[in-house]
Amino acid sequence: MTATTAPVKLKKIAPKTPPGPLEYLRRWPLQLWLVLVGLFLYIPLITLMIFSFNDSKRNIVWQGFTLKYYDKALHNDSLITAFGNSMTIALCSTIISVIIGAMAAIVLWRFRFVGKTAFNAGLAIPIVVPEICMGVGMLVFFAKVLPWPHDLPWPLDLGNIIIAHVSFSFPFVAVVVRARLGSFNRELEEAAKDLGASEFRALMDVVIPHIQPSLIAGGLLAFTLSLDDFVITFFTAGPDTVTFPVKVYSMVRFSVTPEVNAASTILIVVTVLLTFLALKFQGSSALTAGHGADDK
Amino acid sequence: MSGNPIISFENITKRFGKTTAVDNVSLTINEGEFFSLLGPSGCGKTTLLRMLAGFEMPTEGRILIDGKDVSTVPPNQRPVNMVFQSYAVFPHMTVLDNVAYGLKMDGVGAAERRERAEEALKLVQLAGYGVRKPDQLSGGQRQRVALARALVKKPRVLLLDEPLSALDAKLRDQMRSELTSLQQKVGITFIMVTHDQDEALAMATRCAVMNRGLLQQVATPSDLYEFPNSRFVADFIGSVNMFEGTLDVDAKDHAIINTQEMGPVYLDHGVTGPEKGTVWAAVRPEKIELHKRTDTPPKVDDAPEGYNVAAGVVKHMVYLGSETNYEIEIAGGRLIKVVRPNLTRWDQEDFELGEQVWISFHACSPAVLLS
Repeated sequence: MTATTAPVKLKKIAPKTPPGPLEYLRRWPLQLWLVLVGLFLYIPLITLMIFSFNDSKRNIVWQGFTLKYYDKALHNDSLITAFGNSMTIALCSTIISVIIGAMAAIVLWRFRFVGKTAFNAGLAIPIVVPEICMGVGMLVFFAKVLPWPHDLPWPLDLGNIIIAHVSFSFPFVAVVVRARLGSFNRELEEAAKDLGASEFRALMDVVIPHIQPSLIAGGLLAFTLSLDDFVITFFTAGPDTVTFPVKVYSMVRFSVTPEVNAASTILIVVTVLLTFLALKFQGSSALTAGHGADDK
Repeated sequence: MSGNPIISFENITKRFGKTTAVDNVSLTINEGEFFSLLGPSGCGKTTLLRMLAGFEMPTEGRILIDGKDVSTVPPNQRPVNMVFQSYAVFPHMTVLDNVAYGLKMDGVGAAERRERAEEALKLVQLAGYGVRKPDQLSGGQRQRVALARALVKKPRVLLLDEPLSALDAKLRDQMRSELTSLQQKVGITFIMVTHDQDEALAMATRCAVMNRGLLQQVATPSDLYEFPNSRFVADFIGSVNMFEGTLDVDAKDHAIINTQEMGPVYLDHGVTGPEKGTVWAAVRPEKIELHKRTDTPPKVDDAPEGYNVAAGVVKHMVYLGSETNYEIEIAGGRLIKVVRPNLTRWDQEDFELGEQVWISFHACSPAVLLS
């Protein structure tokens, strides 16, 4: 490609070749469809972001560009508190989810035991069950089975929400880590033991480095899931604890000001960024640790 | 060459559920040997090796290393190291860290670790590759890393699981002689598992042939080839013409096996086998001679007239440069494999397809097999 003759040739030939039988992307009907789908998916989000800069109280008609609602949102104490709560919850639930999820994945990969199929299926339930059901379940659980005390110091006052979030995010971590373990060459672990490593050293020195990308990807997944969860949090949280999505919801109930748009925009940017990172780690996991040596 | 016994398997049996992978194997391996476990896939040779490394526990029997029972000792406490079939080089560590890993586990200090690892890399001709990551190495180089990593711990025994199977043909030949000279250089006992008989014959000082979990024969490569003890070994090692017959005469200095396909086969030694029982005479293709068809059959010099001779027709021939392979059809339709070295540049033209020939072999050539 970098050779001097190649670009000339390519430029001449490329526009002339007719689209191949399977090159649907080079025919107009599919191109149009692609554009329509893109618009449908992203216009609402883009509108929301654009109107966060709108210099108008009611936010119906575009009045002019301003950043004052970002300023307002960032100086809204209850909104900041809610954001801090969300971050604390997301961080704690992510750490716990990664540990429990990785442990569940290793157990499922490594051992055969009675009820393994049931355990495997049970792990998928929090993924597929409607959030509203889990939310109601959590509400009943924390009302009747494990009433959460009100006056606990930070961050224990968020404990019930953290528990709720761990319960629906650790299966995602387990699934991602389990998939990564599938490509692990057992001989690596045996080699470590053969060279003198104990069971635990072999796990830390060989297995963990192999699944590291999936731990990061699973962690980011858990983090974003926790950060923008509304339904389950809404049912679990007491009157005193408010998370960011719940706060935004309560603000919308009064009026949709650009301040809500601004707050939402910040959340979108954070979520998109983290999801992007998660995908990137997961994607590159196939290229990094493990494969080079196993294939041959 | 071989010294004191270093490893003994005592009545080792290994069962996985209902299948018996290794069936009552007793075997002693001596210090300094290049020992090969040979057999078709699924014969239990890898299971035997893995039991020696400690990855499997024997269901019955004992494994002794240097006279100590290690049957239940975990792999990280055994004085053996293994080169895995996939090499199992740790992908996230540099080559040097890979080689030094075993020393680190033994609590060797960082400076000595580095020195010994570099020495081991030099031994496998990878000096200067220490900083590389495994994915920057070729398959052959990764194998050398695996070798260095195992040898650096100076094990009593080095185990090699199908070490050459993942290499291409040319590299395989090179590694064959390199492994042999490496073994002589370090003086460590090598035990190699392989399904490739050429590999075993070329490298090992002694081989054990296994089939369906049972030990068939333990012998030097030449004894395996020339004196197989069963039809399985004769057939598995090299190629062979097998004739079933009854042991009609079994005297002190000769024996005669009456075969249906080849007629009476004369042997220049007694068999002390089952008189009138069924036995097999196995003749290697290169031990059969071809003669131009004449009116009288050729006489074999160590057998009476009319023995060990048959008339046939050349059915197939394949010229292989150093030798020519023939298939001769004898009366009854049996095809006999014959390998004839091309001693001059014209030898391959001596016989042609469809030509009538005599085949013969010496009375000392057939191996008599009782099972």
